[in-house]
Amino acid sequence: MATLTSAAGQAVSPEHSKKRRRPQGQSSVWRWVVMIIAGVYFLVPLYAALRFAGLSGFKEVFTTPGFGSSLWLSIRLAAVTWIVSMLLMIPTTVYVHLRMPGLRRLLEGVTILPIVIPPVVLIIGVLQVMPLALRASVWLLALEYVVLAMPFAYRALDAGLRAIDVKTLTEAAGSLGAGWLSTMWRVILPNMRTAVISATILIVALVLGEFTMASLDLKQTFPVWIVLFDQENAQISVAASIFALFVTWVFLMLITVIATRQSRRTGGGEVTLFTVAPQQTIGN
Amino acid sequence: MTAKANETGAAAGVYAPPAAASGSPDGTPVSLRNLTRAFGATKALDGMSLDIAPGELIALLGPSGCGKTTALRIVAGFEYADSGEVLVNGKDVSEVPASKRDMGMVFQSYSLFPNMSALDNVGFGLRMRKTAAAQRRSKAAELLDMVGLSAQAGQYPHQLSGGQQQRVALARALAIEPHVLLLDEPLSALDAKVRLQLREQIRTLQQRLGTTTIFVTHDQEEALSMADRVGVMSNGKLEQVAEPAELYTRPATAFVAEFVGTMNRLPAEVAGPGTVTVLGTSCAMIGPGGSGGAGSPPTEDSPTSGPVDVLVRPEGLTVAPASGGNGIVSGRTFLGAVTRLAVLLSGDTEVRVDVPSATALAMAPGTSVQVGLPPTPVLVAPRQQ
Repeated sequence: MATLTSAAGQAVSPEHSKKRRRPQGQSSVWRWVVMIIAGVYFLVPLYAALRFAGLSGFKEVFTTPGFGSSLWLSIRLAAVTWIVSMLLMIPTTVYVHLRMPGLRRLLEGVTILPIVIPPVVLIIGVLQVMPLALRASVWLLALEYVVLAMPFAYRALDAGLRAIDVKTLTEAAGSLGAGWLSTMWRVILPNMRTAVISATILIVALVLGEFTMASLDLKQTFPVWIVLFDQENAQISVAASIFALFVTWVFLMLITVIATRQSRRTGGGEVTLFTVAPQQTIGN
Repeated sequence: MTAKANETGAAAGVYAPPAAASGSPDGTPVSLRNLTRAFGATKALDGMSLDIAPGELIALLGPSGCGKTTALRIVAGFEYADSGEVLVNGKDVSEVPASKRDMGMVFQSYSLFPNMSALDNVGFGLRMRKTAAAQRRSKAAELLDMVGLSAQAGQYPHQLSGGQQQRVALARALAIEPHVLLLDEPLSALDAKVRLQLREQIRTLQQRLGTTTIFVTHDQEEALSMADRVGVMSNGKLEQVAEPAELYTRPATAFVAEFVGTMNRLPAEVAGPGTVTVLGTSCAMIGPGGSGGAGSPPTEDSPTSGPVDVLVRPEGLTVAPASGGNGIVSGRTFLGAVTRLAVLLSGDTEVRVDVPSATALAMAPGTSVQVGLPPTPVLVAPRQQ
């Protein structure tokens, strides 16, 4: 992905410099037109939602039954999904990079499956075969989310590993006396930080917004609660949606800022939400 | 040779900072015994044996794919041998994992840990050995000082130049006081000037510490200038292991003769037992590896009849302007004190001849010249088409 972009960038650059000599006005007008259209597209619905909810809606949302518990459930699910995903995917991607680079293509194919198969199909299939004890537990949902998040997590981690020379770093650590655990913990992981953060952002955003699976599994996560409540009091429901949007946004910004600060120290670039994630995952 | 290396090391030690005392004083002997390793149908190593004396710097030289890196990686423990053994201090280490072998390694690609400062990189091996933090830091600082990078201790790898990174990598490898120092083309990513400086620095440091060192390179100049002995490899086998001067003057095989330095091939005829006629001169045949003395018997594999090639270095030929001579100057390269002439002989053979630059002035391209060969013993190889 990275090589593609840079190659394209180089090819384009001579034309770029030509364009720069043109009068500035034309391109900056277009820039503003695009900005305004995009702004209207995103902000008008938000504004409408704000108008509709009104101040009273926001006041009431926090005291509405189910708000706290459903939000808390979603946050816990995000945390568990994140932990399981990382424990599963980091060793897998590192191992594949080191020992079975030939398998990377296959893994890429396998990990794309959850995107191809609709969540409805996934969850119904799982509900059919799962033992009752697990079906009753909320954590089944976390396991489902691990599967759902796999394409994003795998791609983010894979791209991060491709950016460092895992083999040489591992061998260097090995020759200095580091065992597997030390090598992972002190050498590989710290240098995958940006990739891990990217994966984290994608997982958190996915879990906090997932509706289909949660509702079919009859678990009241935050998105499910919003939809259910919508039928009782649309105003409060809309206020909750805006609140959820805000919380997610604050959370992602926080991760980005912290990650960038740490990455700058060791020479990595700025961390934006999708730096490490290859483009095909963004659409979803 | 080893004795000489140790002498120099001891002499340098007098002036050395206290750090020198921390290096393994008498080095570790290493032996490779009959190593073989195949990757599919390709034999990367085909029965390689080599004894390395304590404190010796040995260079493994050869074209890419000759097996030199595989040999190094087997010693390091990153690669296994299909058969054969690696003896360090007399003990077979084949079953010992890389992390327990106590071998410092410097890699071709930059291998510093990007998340650690130069100081922490150097201290990493000590940290893995559970050395106390204060001791670790002072030892790491000492080693950084030894490679001349005290001022960069707090910097991260991305803030260092390529040469500085390799020096930190060298300090990091030496910090664990390794039995053996393994250098896998550590200079090949650097620019020419830095490469030259670092070459000297590595050699000085290695002699001061007396660490047994294996240096893998495809650059003959590097190998010849740094090593106590050079092992030339081809097709997974050691063709010859010898001191640099001997390698150049008395190559054991045609491969070594042509791989090390510049070599001319001249078509010739075997005139009789042990003699060959080339450029009208009758010369004694020494077959590769011969003693070089007149009348020394040809080795078993040197050809005894028919068309052969004689191998002569550019400085071994004579050339003088002569109308109606046996060659025409086709090119002239000024190299400083000497100038290298390319001369086209009849039969489309091109030879290179080194002459003093003053003499070369009279031989511009196009000049007719007479190329000759003094009646010295010459190396002979089967005719190459």
